[in-house]
Amino acid sequence: MEYEVVIGLEVHTELKTASKIFCGCSTSFGAEQNTNVCPVCLGLPGVLPVLNAKVLEFAVRTGLALNCRILPFSKFDRKNYYYPDLPKNFQTSQYDLPIAVDGHLDVEVAGETKRIGITRVHMEEDAGKLVHAGTIAKADYTLVDYNRTGVPLLEIVSEPDIRSAEEAKAYLEKLKAILQYIDVSDCKMEEGSLRCDANISLRPKGETKLGTKAEIKNLNSFKAVQKGLEYEALRQAEVLDEGGRIVQETRSWDDARGQTVSLRSKEQAHDYRYFPEPDLVPMVVDSTWVEDIRRSLPELPDARQARLMKEYGLSGYDAGVITASRAMADFFDATVAAGADAKAAANWIMGELSRHLNAAGREIEECPVAPGQLAALIDLQAKGTVSGKIAKTVFEEMWASGKDAAVIVKEQGLVQISDEGEVVAIVEKVIAANPQSVADFKAGKERALGFLVGQIMKETKGRANPELVNKLLRERI
Amino acid sequence: MKITRKDVEQVALLSRLELGENDVEKFTGQLNAILDYIDVLNKVDTSGVEPTAHVLPVKNVMRADEARPSLPRELALANAPEQEDGYFKVPKILEG
Ligand SMILES: [Zn+2]
Repeated sequence: MEYEVVIGLEVHTELKTASKIFCGCSTSFGAEQNTNVCPVCLGLPGVLPVLNAKVLEFAVRTGLALNCRILPFSKFDRKNYYYPDLPKNFQTSQYDLPIAVDGHLDVEVAGETKRIGITRVHMEEDAGKLVHAGTIAKADYTLVDYNRTGVPLLEIVSEPDIRSAEEAKAYLEKLKAILQYIDVSDCKMEEGSLRCDANISLRPKGETKLGTKAEIKNLNSFKAVQKGLEYEALRQAEVLDEGGRIVQETRSWDDARGQTVSLRSKEQAHDYRYFPEPDLVPMVVDSTWVEDIRRSLPELPDARQARLMKEYGLSGYDAGVITASRAMADFFDATVAAGADAKAAANWIMGELSRHLNAAGREIEECPVAPGQLAALIDLQAKGTVSGKIAKTVFEEMWASGKDAAVIVKEQGLVQISDEGEVVAIVEKVIAANPQSVADFKAGKERALGFLVGQIMKETKGRANPELVNKLLRERI
Repeated sequence: MKITRKDVEQVALLSRLELGENDVEKFTGQLNAILDYIDVLNKVDTSGVEPTAHVLPVKNVMRADEARPSLPRELALANAPEQEDGYFKVPKILEG
């Protein structure tokens, strides 16, 4: 049978605050185990949590950037469950009055724009980290590090509007871009500051009722989100085709084995027994403040992409790649501001620069070539001081040494030879030395010309102006 | 709505409480008495009354985002029944 895949994503993102959500402990990543803890985040008796003002501000920022409605009255609730990553046996979260609701974001898949609804954005505290000796199933005991307990989180819940693994990945990429643009989270999936759980179910094509869903956890990279959901859709289709039923359960993506596996825990059917958190008072958000935050939002990815297309004539694809990360878009704008031609800047950034970054496993913030330096190189190429091929060699050297393009060109004598007299002498020398190729060309073998050009480039170490070489060569044979 | 022995046992399990045979009997009765009283309260007309989110008329109590020193680890772990290598040590989580 043909099925329609229905996916909803729950994304957790750690906020970039200096201190935790309800206490003054540091949020720094990678501290020694149980050194960023205090009586409040350990849940010792008699302590009182106090909300970090920045968390509320970041939550409102995020809600607005995701086109949500900000609720004027919002509160915290206790979500009760027993798991050793929570020292209090409840997680302080938001239940029926989350800070933001009814938003959306647009993704582009296969050239088409699709709107994915966002049900809600709410604030909560992160849980601690469990260390198992061996695998979770085989360990005799578990070790707990509570440093992460109380780090502020936003949970962003999508509507079940996603129809493929590819759309899920596009949604997550767009969400990450927006969170980075508004500077509320680092969104480092490898450090766990962006995490994704997925609800996925199938239904026969044309059916409107939702099928039974499975919740997939442990999707720790963009690739895992796509692969995990592709796998799970196939698994559910097989079960249904064989006349079976989908069990509503939590499954974990095993990246190494490339499959999802059922997680059976001791806990019986969840009943979180939410109730209002008596230790925290409600939040009343006034509309003037919300509008102030709205005005302070930076240009978001979609708007920036549109601007790059309109102002610089970039293609939708190029503008999309450049604006997918704020850092890359900033690098592009800085390069253009330093005087570079916009299209050339886009080509360099998406080409050589990205290739070098990927090979070195670096982020663009750590790029050894500054935007101004790249602009200067583009300028040298535009003026004809260096050829396109030599410019790549110069870039290589800039990447390695951090030197300016002009310095490298001067030190290594890479200036393009555009002086006609100088090039003529070399062209004539090469013609004289290769009578067979000249004859071949005259007999109609176009390839022979390429050989002659190659010889001239060899003589000049690639510095001869290629257009001039072609012109002079054709004139003389 | 009537609370049964099964409900009490389920809530006890979720709350990690070990109840004796007599306790289950006793709490079933007590919880039902509480629910009976709630039924009395339910007779009051509350349409048009905002649900109470907090008993105090206070809102927006917040602190500035400033990191402060945490507890020394020895103190943080002082009450842990078991510890290892700076970690809290707890029983295994999944049944094998
Ligand atoms: Zn703390």
